[in-house]
Amino acid sequence: MTNPDRAKQYLEVEHNLFQADPKNLLLEQGFTWLVRIFAFSTAGLLLWLSWIIFQDAEPAIAQFGSDFLLSQNWNVGELSFGAAPFIYGTVVSSTLALLIAVPIGLAVAIVTSENFLPVWVRSPLATLVELIAAIPSVIVGLWGIYVMIPVLQPLQLWLYKHLAWIPLFSTEPSGPSMLAAGVILAIVILPTISVISRDVLLAIPLELRNASMSLGATRWETIFKIILPASASGIVGATILALGRALGETMAVTMVIGNSAGINISLLEPAYSITSVLANEFAEALEKLHIGALMYLALILFVITLIVNLIAVLMVNIFTKKIN
Amino acid sequence: MAKSLLDKSLETELHQPLGVGRTLFSWGMTGIAFILTGMALLPLCSILLEILRQGIPNLGWEVFVSLPAPQGMTDVPNGFANALLGTILMVGIASLLSVPFGVMTGIFLSEFGKTSTIASGIRFITVILNSVPSIIAGVFAYAIVVITTHQFSAVAGGFALAVLMLPMVALTTEEALKLVPTSMRLASASLGGNSFQTTFRIVVASALPGITTGLLLAVARAAGETAPLLLTALSSQKWPDGLFSPTASMSVLIYNYANSPYPEQIQLAWTASLVLVGMVCITSILSRLFARKRSLVR
Amino acid sequence: MESDNKYSNLQSSPQGQKPSDIESTTPRTDLPALRVRDLSFYYGKTKVLDGVSMDILEQQITAIIGPSGCGKSTFIKAINRINELETKVQVKGTIEFFGQNLYHPRVNINHLRRLIGMVFQKPNPFPSSIYDNVAYGVRIFDRHPRSQLDEIVESALKSAALWDEVKDKLKKSALGLSGGQQQRLCIARALAVQPKILLMDEPCSALDPITTMKIEELIQTFSQKLTVVIVTHNMQQASRVSDYTAFFSTDESRIGHLVEFGHTTEIFTKATNSRTQDYIQGRFG
Ligand SMILES: Nc1ncnc2c1ncn2[C@@H]1O[C@H](COP(=O)(O)OP(=O)(O)OP(=O)(O)O)[C@@H](O)[C@H]1O
Ligand SMILES: [Mg+2]
Repeated sequence: MTNPDRAKQYLEVEHNLFQADPKNLLLEQGFTWLVRIFAFSTAGLLLWLSWIIFQDAEPAIAQFGSDFLLSQNWNVGELSFGAAPFIYGTVVSSTLALLIAVPIGLAVAIVTSENFLPVWVRSPLATLVELIAAIPSVIVGLWGIYVMIPVLQPLQLWLYKHLAWIPLFSTEPSGPSMLAAGVILAIVILPTISVISRDVLLAIPLELRNASMSLGATRWETIFKIILPASASGIVGATILALGRALGETMAVTMVIGNSAGINISLLEPAYSITSVLANEFAEALEKLHIGALMYLALILFVITLIVNLIAVLMVNIFTKKIN
Repeated sequence: MAKSLLDKSLETELHQPLGVGRTLFSWGMTGIAFILTGMALLPLCSILLEILRQGIPNLGWEVFVSLPAPQGMTDVPNGFANALLGTILMVGIASLLSVPFGVMTGIFLSEFGKTSTIASGIRFITVILNSVPSIIAGVFAYAIVVITTHQFSAVAGGFALAVLMLPMVALTTEEALKLVPTSMRLASASLGGNSFQTTFRIVVASALPGITTGLLLAVARAAGETAPLLLTALSSQKWPDGLFSPTASMSVLIYNYANSPYPEQIQLAWTASLVLVGMVCITSILSRLFARKRSLVR
Repeated sequence: MESDNKYSNLQSSPQGQKPSDIESTTPRTDLPALRVRDLSFYYGKTKVLDGVSMDILEQQITAIIGPSGCGKSTFIKAINRINELETKVQVKGTIEFFGQNLYHPRVNINHLRRLIGMVFQKPNPFPSSIYDNVAYGVRIFDRHPRSQLDEIVESALKSAALWDEVKDKLKKSALGLSGGQQQRLCIARALAVQPKILLMDEPCSALDPITTMKIEELIQTFSQKLTVVIVTHNMQQASRVSDYTAFFSTDESRIGHLVEFGHTTEIFTKATNSRTQDYIQGRFG
């Protein structure tokens, strides 16, 4: 049987699947490549950034080597540079911040994820704490100078007066101090801890809690024995992420730490952090070696935060995998 | 008989008080948790109150249109018009640089790479990039722009802010695109749409409110950044003079005036804080509005 | 035998497929719109369809029925290659569209999907106006003057029996329509690009009985211009609308395959396979 109509239809170009459409193909492939190129350049940016900072730190690395890390001397006039006071300041202020922010952040996370309060109080409360993250840190610093330090000063004096036998409180406070830096950093990183921990706590399956409650455990026993252990990796991840933020925070610290290079065990003494010295000296650095030393410091900070953040991201990933 | 006995024992069991220790522990922990939560709210309230208290008295038309008064002079108009303009200028430059890269990276992660290893790798790197301290972005921009042009400039500042905005834009774009149901992509494809048409005419078009929300949040964050600007744009008492000269910004002005010996400069720092927080708030509210629009559409 | 050779010629030199080239080979007539041969389908490494062979005739309505999970959706999505957008898939065997292998590497896949349209189970209008929804497929292929576009949209909406309901609100969002209207809009959208085959995956399963009747009536009007393949869970629907019926089922290994295929009347009255009989009479899954 032949059917000329059908045959004709078959011949129509319209039925032809192989009909080339060069314009469309070019558009599609061009677009695909364009998207790829942009995505790879975003990833490449991190490499570029690492490379540039390493390269510019090179002169200082060649000059000072690893002694840089241990030397306490930072003298621009003599062109002798050592990173120890800054590393010390960064590490100690961040540690202080964690010591203060972790319990508070966890408390906020628990209060806003458990049903102590009705939902219409709970969610705005969580949002409010989150709001701290939206305030530019330079404004937090300004508040630190004019509100926090004056409030903190009596406490610092009290510590000095009564606990001076403890080395940590052994010097007379003048206002700006390592302690002030720790407190203000705690405020800055608080939302990081509370928001992520809250998400983590909310992700814990309800059955787990109900099982424990039905065995007769009280709410707090359930929280301590069941919920916190189950969310440990997530909370640790949040804490490490917050540590990363604290290490890299610049303005708030710079404005209250006192910016005095030196290692002093007393928390009431002014100190200096890596970020502060970068913020203070970069714009005025003229000597190649001075710029190099600052770059070296930037490299140290970059590597530390990179490692800390890598660990944090991995921890949070591990937690999400475990929950799913 | 048996039934009532059972009821009795159940009743006593239910009504039996917890041990004193356990009760105290419960109450104590609840108390501590609430006290700590209160402590968390204290700084926020104090900061906002202080900004209002110190910032409002000086807030007037004058601050938006005049340049900073020379130090110590109290009888001339004092304002931060140049800093406002500088912030807008640099955030604008940063958006121009970061939005194309960020949106395209988001498109790659959501539409092209999906679950492939390459996409996971790029996503991971973007997350890491997002957590790079802002001062490091400043150092990078210093090395790339300031050293090569021998000049602190708005471009250097914009570049530094762009480095900070890029990963935020990319990640929020990806999230927004992932919210578009797959059925939209399938519908477009089944009408013969190629990936370019499907992505732009359907997916990006439907996700536009979400993408805009992400952009606005990134803009808000960039507007408040200070550290990277300190070593790239520096500051200035004058109007911005082209893109390649030191440029004032709100945040750097606040920092510079914070420790000033002149009360009127400290005053201006507070007023600038109020305006900056206001800008950040407006941007956030705008972004919420866009987010609301999105939820209405779907 | 000879004709088979011609197919392989066609496939191996697709770029030479200008109309004149085809004319020089004796055109094959009465080609089925779709010729499926020994089709096996995998999602990743998991096989979900095994050895399906059938001819779907032009301008006929073919219903696909079978228990849930037997691969009906997979089968019709394989016909316009839409499932490769979601997951990595692997296809063995062939599906020929008027003699051309759909899975040939040089196939223009966008053109293919335009020729073989699809209506999905859940209505999925774009979040734009009714007009833009229908015009979308037309616009992406060509620029048309506004008046022509208006005509296309109107006739597509008329074919989908939606015109009277929406002609006054063409600029309104498609998301404001009812579920049944949305589904008819999706049908209009698919018709607007003038496909040769329309695939429908349970198009009525989310709709009320009255809308379902409307859409069934529509489908029957299509067969004058179109080849329709429709997946349905509704036996009555299959028997009411279709000319041919294919019954798919799974075996013990949970891989779907074609059990029986034939005229709808035959399948529904004297199916040869006992599993088909059981399923149709509701004694199965
Ligand atoms: N994207 C996918 N990736 C992996 N497996 C899939 C995917 N889609 C479907 N499957 C599997 O393939 C098999 C066939 O699915 P399919 O959707 O084709 O069934 P169906 O006959 O349409 O069922 P229903 O009547 O419920 O719609 C099922 O076992 C299903 O789990
Ligand atoms: Mg199905």
